[in-house]
Formats: sequence, C-alpha cells, structure tokens
Amino acid sequence: MTVVPRLEITDLRVGFDSTPVLDQLSLSVGSGEFVSILGPSGSGKSTLLSVLTGGLSAQAGEISIDGTRITHSDPSTFSYMPQRDSLLPWRRILDNATLGLEIGGMPRKQARRKAAPLFAEFGIAGSEQRYPRQLSGGMRQRVALLRTVVQGKDLLLLDEPFGAVDAITRAELQRWVAQMWETHRWTVVLITHDIREALLLSDRVLVLGGQPARVAHEVTVPRTGPRDLDFLTEPHIVALERELYRALLPEASA
Amino acid sequence: MSNTTPIIAERRPRTTRGGALARALPPVTVIAALLVAWQLVSDFGLVEARLLPSPVTVLDRGWEARDAILANAIPTLQATAIGFSLAIVVAFTLATALDFWLPVRRALLPVLVISQTLPIIAIAPLVIMWFGFGLLPKVLLVALVTFFPLTISCLQGFASADSDAEKLVSSLGGSRRTVFRLVRLPSATASVFSGLRISITYAVVGAIFAEYAGAVHGLGVFMQVSKSAFRTDLVLAAVAVSSILTLILFGIVALIERFATPWLRIERGQKK
Repeated sequence: MTVVPRLEITDLRVGFDSTPVLDQLSLSVGSGEFVSILGPSGSGKSTLLSVLTGGLSAQAGEISIDGTRITHSDPSTFSYMPQRDSLLPWRRILDNATLGLEIGGMPRKQARRKAAPLFAEFGIAGSEQRYPRQLSGGMRQRVALLRTVVQGKDLLLLDEPFGAVDAITRAELQRWVAQMWETHRWTVVLITHDIREALLLSDRVLVLGGQPARVAHEVTVPRTGPRDLDFLTEPHIVALERELYRALLPEASA
Repeated sequence: MSNTTPIIAERRPRTTRGGALARALPPVTVIAALLVAWQLVSDFGLVEARLLPSPVTVLDRGWEARDAILANAIPTLQATAIGFSLAIVVAFTLATALDFWLPVRRALLPVLVISQTLPIIAIAPLVIMWFGFGLLPKVLLVALVTFFPLTISCLQGFASADSDAEKLVSSLGGSRRTVFRLVRLPSATASVFSGLRISITYAVVGAIFAEYAGAVHGLGVFMQVSKSAFRTDLVLAAVAVSSILTLILFGIVALIERFATPWLRIERGQKK
C-alpha cells in the first residue's frame, strides 16, 4: 500500500524563455511532514515558489495535491507566508490576522472569532488592537504565521520567513516554530538558504542545484529528541550540516 | 505647482504637545516681526499711506467693512467648497480608472498634463463667457486648478502600494478589485491627504481669480472694486480674510486626516 503524498511535484519544467530555470524537478511531501528546500540565491527557489503560489505557470510536469493534479496553482491549496511579513499598516493586528479568511469570504465578525483564540498560543496576546508598526519584527512575523495558519489549510508554504529579522529574533522564532510544529504537525514546505534553520525544523532537507535546477541532494533529519539549543551541536547533525554545506558549495569540498 | 510634495514636513519625529508649541513659535515670531516692520515703515511715512496702509489701519478699516467682506466671503467659500468637492470626485474616479486600465492611462495622462498648461488667466474669462456670472463658472475654475494635483496624488498613492502585500492578497485568492480595495486604495491615503492639503490652498485662490475675471459677488469682486476705488486698505483686508479662509480649510483637511488615518500618526511617531 502506498501512501498518497500531500504534495507531489513530478518533472517540473519552468522557464521565462527558451532556457528553463527549473527542469526535471521532482519532489514529494508527506502529510504532516516538514520539508525544507535549500538553495543559494538564484538557485530557482523563488521560481518554484511562484509556481506553487500561482504567479507562474509550468511549461511541463505536474503538481498534485493529495493525489489530485492541479493545473494552475489554485490559491486555496496553500497557505502562503511571504518573506516579509507584509502586514497591512492600516489594519489592526487582529484584522491583519483575519485577512485571508476575509478574502476567502468569511464575514469579519466570524473571522475575528476564529482568529482571536490563537493569539495566546502564538505569544502575541494583547496586541490585537495595535497597529503593525507598533510591534517588533519578531512579533510581526508571529502575526504573519498566525494569518497563514488560521486559514486552516494545514499545507503551509513558508518563504524564508525569518530572513528579514535580526539574528537573535530569528533564533527565537525558529525554536518557537519547531515547538509549534510539534503540537500542530502541519505539512510545511520551507524555502530557505539557512542550513541550520533547515536542520532545526525539518524532517527532510532538499537541496536545489544545477542549471537548470532540480533536487540535487537530499538529507533526512531524524527526529530523535527535542529540537532545542543542543540539537544543532549533536554529532550526527553536525555531520549533516557538513554534508549540506558540501552539496551547496561543491567546489569547497574539492 | 503640480507636485505632491507635502507642504509641511511630515516625517520628522514629533514628540510632545510642548513640542508642537515650540514648533509654532519660530514662524509666529517671523510673521510678528514682519508685521511690526511693516507698521514701522508706514508710521515713519517711508511709503505713502494710501499705497501701503499700515497693518493697524488695514485691521481697522477691514473691521468697519466687516459686513461687506463677510457677504462677499460667503460666495467665495461656496465656490471653493463645491469646486473642490467636484475636483475630489472627478480626480478619484479618474485616478481609479487610470489605475485599472493602462490604455486609458496612456490616452488620458497627456491630456491631463495639457489641461494644466492652459493659462488660467486666458481661460477664466472664456469660462465666464460660456457659463455666465453665477456660481457655475467659479466652481468649474476651482475644479480645474485643483483636480490635477489631486489626480496625480491619487495615482502616486496607488502606485506606492507594497507589491509584496499585493502578491499576498492575490495568493490568498483576492481578485484585482480585492487587491485594489485592500491594498492599493488604503496605500494611497497618505499621498491623497498630502494632495488635498496642497490643492485646498489653490482652491481659494482659484475661486478669487474666477471672481476677478467676472462675477457679481465674492472676495475677488470686492478686491477689484476696492482697488478701483483706490482703497488699498480694503484690498489688503480682503487678502487677509482669504488667507485666513485658506488656513481654516487647510486646518479642516489636516484634522480630517488626523482622525481618518490613526496608523499614520503611529508611523510618524506621534503616538506610542
């Protein structure tokens, strides 16, 4: 018996003109799995992301969700969290959190009732009536994740979500997301260029490489213990880090 | 005169209420000094009093003629308010259409620019000839001088929308209209208010100019009649009233902005 993956991409080919950016790209993400897609700038990460969020269409290949092929990405399949929090400055935090629900057609009152209970769990209780500019970068990022999660699609697409915050806040957010995932077991695709972030959070890390790009390398990160501060210094994780580093920078290993 | 640079510096961090008073002090001092200097020039007879009456004389004579000035200020204010409202409606509708349809923008934007190259001095008498001496030509002229900066400030405001936020709303399933309503329109608020603040100052001047070119009532008519009678004191009194009128309208716009855009106050650091 084979388990149908939540997300499956087969032989995807995407290009702006004759030269494709992605070619023969295949990957699959199981239900409740946290998969990171790792690659340097210009490796095709954002192209892949655009295809998944519906900004670009593929020239060839298929994308399936729960075994059903989708032709041009249906916005309702993913909950997308962009690189920058993109909170709307004129909306109060609660109304930013409900943005996706409102666009989906839910009445504002009902959307607020659905989002309000999540504030405590996301560590941002008390910020509901404030404006985005009154919050720190880390808190804003939490609001952005809440806005993503509250849509209840449990297939999350995170695009370098911690790229725009300072290093200390980033470390704090990464550990927080690791904990949140333990509770909720969302299916997550994380796009990142941070090896340690990928290791800390993922079940599997896929490295994009080559021109045109495809999945050039893959490592599985065993879930043996808690993903805390010590996790990244465990010998087998350090070994994986080195392996990923070599996959990203082939010339460095020569 | 067709840009949307804020009249007052807005990005400067503002701190306390005491700070507001401290900021008001230098300009008030300068104005007071100028008035004192003017008064002295007149008192010492450096310029003939008939040509340049002293501020105290202007105030005095203006107060005596207050009924006539008030009776003429009301039609001016009326033309300003109606013309400005018309300009807002036209500018907003036009800017929205131009934002949605690129071909329309390509076709109409040059026409709008050309409309601003027409010398108002030559146009105003024609408009009066076409539409008579009543309220209508004044309203049209006020609208003509104010709608352009308003349209541009709307367009700039729409264009200032964060493209990441637009992408986010699309990825959440929002249509182009939803993106406009949720992102582009609110993004324009700051720019639109700055356009409103600029063009309200043109509006009063536009109304007075239209009255100058031909009308029955209004501050422009009052100024012209006073000038013909060589009553420079009354001309200056009417000038002062029109300035005060403009400042009051400017203040109303600023007040509306303050209450309509609480998040902008936060961004400008007025509120913690």
